[in-house]
Amino acid sequence: MPANNSAESYCLGIESTADDFGAAVVSFEGKVLSNANDTYMPKQGGIHPREAARHHAEVSEKVLAEAFEKASVKPKDINLVAFSQGPGLGPCLRTGATAARALASYLDVPLVGVNHCVGHIEIGKLVTGATDPVTLYVSGGNTIVSAFEAGRYRIFGETLDIAMGNCLDVFARAVGLQQRRGAPFGAVVEELARKGKNFVSLPYVVKGMDLSFSGLLTAAVQAFQLKKGSLEDVCFSLQEVAFSMLTEVTERALAHTQKPEVLLTGGVAANKKLQSMLQVIADEHGARFCAVPLKLATDNGAMIAWAGILAYGSGLSTPVEKSFVNVKWRLEDVYAPWVEGR
Amino acid sequence: MVLLKKGAEASLYLETWHNRKVIMKRRLPKKYRIPELDLMIRSQRTMHEPHLIHNAKEAGVPTPTIFMVDVADANIIMEFVEGKQVKEVLDNVSAEERLSLCSLIGEMIGRLHKHGIIHGDLTTSNMILTPYGKVVFVDFGLSERSVEIEPKGVDLHLMKRTLQSSHYKHAKECFKAVMSGYAESVGTEEAKKVTAKIRDIEKRGRYVADRE
Repeated sequence: MPANNSAESYCLGIESTADDFGAAVVSFEGKVLSNANDTYMPKQGGIHPREAARHHAEVSEKVLAEAFEKASVKPKDINLVAFSQGPGLGPCLRTGATAARALASYLDVPLVGVNHCVGHIEIGKLVTGATDPVTLYVSGGNTIVSAFEAGRYRIFGETLDIAMGNCLDVFARAVGLQQRRGAPFGAVVEELARKGKNFVSLPYVVKGMDLSFSGLLTAAVQAFQLKKGSLEDVCFSLQEVAFSMLTEVTERALAHTQKPEVLLTGGVAANKKLQSMLQVIADEHGARFCAVPLKLATDNGAMIAWAGILAYGSGLSTPVEKSFVNVKWRLEDVYAPWVEGR
Repeated sequence: MVLLKKGAEASLYLETWHNRKVIMKRRLPKKYRIPELDLMIRSQRTMHEPHLIHNAKEAGVPTPTIFMVDVADANIIMEFVEGKQVKEVLDNVSAEERLSLCSLIGEMIGRLHKHGIIHGDLTTSNMILTPYGKVVFVDFGLSERSVEIEPKGVDLHLMKRTLQSSHYKHAKECFKAVMSGYAESVGTEEAKKVTAKIRDIEKRGRYVADRE
């Protein structure tokens, strides 16, 4: 376990955007000392915001204690508290924000609100060594192709309706699949897709640089119900179509920006098929492909802590009276002065 | 076969076809997707684009003549339009000619929108000024059909940004002329609505001083 060097500065990061409650201690040099987490598992259906928030409140003490313990850092050694301020589910965000405000004022340290999407990109860069990537961020709640340009992470393409992960989750539930701890719906679909052989035609919807998944979802569920193919075939086809859409938009952004890396993050980043497709376009454009390891690609406290450290380092902080959560906070609304300075 | 332009989705070649100078637009296979899906996407787009080029003609907007559509190979053979890209011309003509050219461009965009055609890539390199003073619109690869205000605003917003980046010396008066030509096609009421939408779109992002 890392030794507690009292000269070092530490940030506590709290993440509570959706179904994960995470807390992590990260040093100002970028060492992730702990990354504790507890995921809300609904008995059936999707995430109920109020129930998830109740879960977060219940586990917060345990998760925070674990974060301090694993890092061998005492609360009084914390120099900064960062929390995810949005975008996400209101009740969940508020639970994390409340804990962050209370801790910051009790410890008498600055508070910094972090944009969840910025957190994903920054921790991805830290852990893969990417310097200036085109990022494909795909999760249950977000589907964004982004790259840094003139002070901000610009959105080159995004979903017009539901997120990629949401599409996979709803499909999996509709066809009667079960998720388990350690094997979310995406992984279950991927496993079945590997056994699929026949391609079932499904709608491919790319509009300019943006994507749409809702029609694809409906068509995939119907293809299963109408027995246009086996479940394995439908899973295979759904993945092929959805991931080709993502890859096409990422390639366009890459061709346009000529960036040196392609960064894949978010919960769907674990998918091997998607990774292999992005590898192809990265190779063709002479870019390095970087997939963020799962523990840091899914929602986690470390990414919030690290993005908080970066923002604080360029003089940004969030006074308590301005720390309202922002459920629709867009990535490109965030001014990111720390990026060019490094 | 001379490669004129390599895009992320399609490439343009200059070719001779039955003694004619033609443009061949090829949508090449993508290695990352399975052949069935790849063929479906390429052939759908190869059919979609000539459709919209034809619709534009019906709306009274000059576009290249389509000679052949090879759906199986995802190739379109079309007229090579003689003339100069508006991009090269705009800064090198008299002020009077510049404004009348912009007004004409606006009038053509208005005709497209009035007929529910969104070009999707309105840059001055996608407009060709012929020796006869016509402006021919090319590259309908990103086009779509819509009668809503939002995509019309997005369409013209791109036009405005192109003027600001590639023709910054005259951007302001040029865009004003574009919008006056546009109003002639769609009517003042509609033009006002679209202008308001463009302002709306500008405020959404980027480096707008009055937002800071």
